[in-house]
Amino acid sequence: MITLVYLARLRETLGTAAEKVEPPHDVGTVGALLAWLRTRGGAWAAELAPGRAVRVAVNHDVAKPDTPVKHGDEVALFPPVTGG
Amino acid sequence: MPVRVQKADFDVAREIAALHAGDARIGAVAAFIGLVRDISDAAAVSTLTLEHYPGMTEKALTGIVDEAKSRWKIYDALVIHRVGELKPTDQIVLVVVTGAHRGDAFAACEFIMDYLKTRAPFWKKEQTPAGERWVEARASDDDAAARW
Repeated sequence: MITLVYLARLRETLGTAAEKVEPPHDVGTVGALLAWLRTRGGAWAAELAPGRAVRVAVNHDVAKPDTPVKHGDEVALFPPVTGG
Repeated sequence: MPVRVQKADFDVAREIAALHAGDARIGAVAAFIGLVRDISDAAAVSTLTLEHYPGMTEKALTGIVDEAKSRWKIYDALVIHRVGELKPTDQIVLVVVTGAHRGDAFAACEFIMDYLKTRAPFWKKEQTPAGERWVEARASDDDAAARW
């Protein structure tokens, strides 16, 4: 089980703030997780398409496509930050 | 706490005084205060809504402060960032750095702001007469952070 958190614009376009998912066993990285979510189609395929500016954090640390994702992790998806 | 994310406004004078109170080693205090402007990309802004990612935002800010302390000779640093609904002229962010001398205090203060702008998870949504919109990240902010 992985907890997905969606923030800011992504929360609105995907229509959800958080969910728990059970991806297939071969989904072991951030990149693979995004690819799996894209198979949902629609807004998921559009918003998470390669080349879109989607940032990812695993357990509150900035992640890259090859960052491992495992059972119990909290994975957040969000647009580039605009604070300050 | 050297890092605070809060809805409430902050008192700059009080925060600065608290940071250097009783510490006679300090010869320099550098501070930056960010304010909400009323114009963004030529559109009038009536309200700005700030969102963050509780937990990660505090962790990211603490990491930025720790890095500043490792790179410059400074004694302490404070970051306060507001979230929620803000209006033009409101204070949005405060960075205060104390040190023995101004050079390191100025540099560390600017570094913290540049890194905060590009690495701390905050997002701005503007309410304008034409409706609301999420603020887009600026390449100039990435350039500013890359200097360090």
